[in-house]
Amino acid sequence: MDPLADDYTIGRRHAKLSRIRPWVLAAVSILTVLFQVYVPLFFEPAAAVDLPLLAVIYLAVHRRRPVAGTLIGAAVGLLQDSLSRHPLGMFGIAKTVVGYAAASLSLRVDADRTLVRFLLVVVFFLLHQACYWALRVLLLGESLAADPPQTLVLAVISAAVGVAGFALLDKLRRED
Amino acid sequence: MELLFGRYRHIAVMLAVIFAQLLLLAYQVKTGEDVRLIRLWAVSAITPLARLLDGVRTGAERMLEGYVRLAGAAEENRRLRSEVDRLRLENRRLNRELTSLRRSEILGEFQSRHPSRTLLARVIAASSGPAARAVFVDRGSADGVRKGMAVITPEGVVGRVIAVYPTASQVLVITDPSFAAGVISEVHRVEGTLKGTGQKLCRIEYLQNEERVERGEWFYTSGEDLVFPRGLPVGRVRSVAPGKTFLEVLLEPSGLARGLEEVLIVLQGVHQPLPGETQAVPSELYLLAPPGATAAPEAPVAEGILSTDADRLREHYRRLGELQGHVFGEAAPGSRPPDFNWRPQPETDRLAKPEAPRPRLAPPAAPQPVAPSGSLPRSQATPPPNGSAR
Repeated sequence: MDPLADDYTIGRRHAKLSRIRPWVLAAVSILTVLFQVYVPLFFEPAAAVDLPLLAVIYLAVHRRRPVAGTLIGAAVGLLQDSLSRHPLGMFGIAKTVVGYAAASLSLRVDADRTLVRFLLVVVFFLLHQACYWALRVLLLGESLAADPPQTLVLAVISAAVGVAGFALLDKLRRED
Repeated sequence: MELLFGRYRHIAVMLAVIFAQLLLLAYQVKTGEDVRLIRLWAVSAITPLARLLDGVRTGAERMLEGYVRLAGAAEENRRLRSEVDRLRLENRRLNRELTSLRRSEILGEFQSRHPSRTLLARVIAASSGPAARAVFVDRGSADGVRKGMAVITPEGVVGRVIAVYPTASQVLVITDPSFAAGVISEVHRVEGTLKGTGQKLCRIEYLQNEERVERGEWFYTSGEDLVFPRGLPVGRVRSVAPGKTFLEVLLEPSGLARGLEEVLIVLQGVHQPLPGETQAVPSELYLLAPPGATAAPEAPVAEGILSTDADRLREHYRRLGELQGHVFGEAAPGSRPPDFNWRPQPETDRLAKPEAPRPRLAPPAAPQPVAPSGSLPRSQATPPPNGSAR
């Protein structure tokens, strides 16, 4: 028996237990992007937390469908790109990868646990930053110095914010 | 093929999405052009929300700012109220000081013009007002104050010194029931005895029902009590009612009208004429030397000192008889007795004035120093030089 098929079945069963309403999904995606472009105008440290990324991780993990995670990541990433000064696709590709990975991983782990969520956010934050850095260096030819310690700190901070935010978003889930 | 696609469907979708975005990126990088349509959609979707969010933020900020300002206004309000209270207190204090200064000026002016030698004193141990029946003043024997001295203000009689200490004296206020002073009315020259009632008003006793006393009429010291010099305002009649034998006259003392803060102690009294009199002087009357005064033992005791109302009445009749040529004890039996209701001076209709008479600051035409001894008829009174007693 294919272990992946079992995992998928488990994921499907979990997904049926609780679902996020479509409007909540759209609202969370837009509001996180809005937060990312608006709040740093008045509170600059807020820019360090990539809320759209956290939204992608949460939504993808919750959906437990790699395709859905991929599409969510791509949509949120492109929306974020649209409001940035970079070419379209930078955040889109990075978040597409994260969305797919998050959704795929959620089939194998219980993502409702706080510690798991924390580690997931740390890992996916680093993955997102790596993808974004690679795209900027390799595709755009920018000379961008990597700062792993700072990235790690930001990953931890994002994980902390993510855990709190995920608990808040759990309230919006509809139990089946 | 279908199995393969089914097995790798998810990753295939992901790769397709990534590939599409890579193409998009490549196009933008290659051409240097922006994909305006996507950005337009994104901005169009986000801008209203951003505007709404900004409105909410601005509103919240204004509300918070308003609240902070309101809190500040409340604090400022409290501070200003406190400031107003402080200024009110200061204003009251300054008004009191100003009033005290004015009273001091008035007293000083009165003191300088009044023929009697007076000493300015300040009430230090009693609340002002008619209810205070005995007060302490800050002048004592060290300042020349003696027991029995009169205490006055420009407005009128205040009381009498009843106890003297080195640095202070106790003054019996005019409203005390044990207080008594000889008084005379302004219009009809009716003489009586003023007594305190323990209340705001004083009573004038021993006025026959036949005597004429008008409501609102002023009474002055008659000088017959040998304490108060003649001519000091005492008060105005509040009510007059006939009694069994004597009139029941209640008088509002004028000396307490403004409260008791500063007073004048009469060290050496000088008689003054009553309003309407051209010449001062009940010359047959004397002020007793203050009890305990050093001069008292040396002062010869006048024969027939009028210490009681009976004495005064007898003296009054004796005087009337003399003026009518009657010699008591020598008239033949059955002869006509003297008219004891006869008045030596024709009365003029000087009824009560509409306004209270002001204290006479100008010295009288002929001030009469209190004579320690001797008894001269009124007609033979010799006015001393002006200011001689000061």
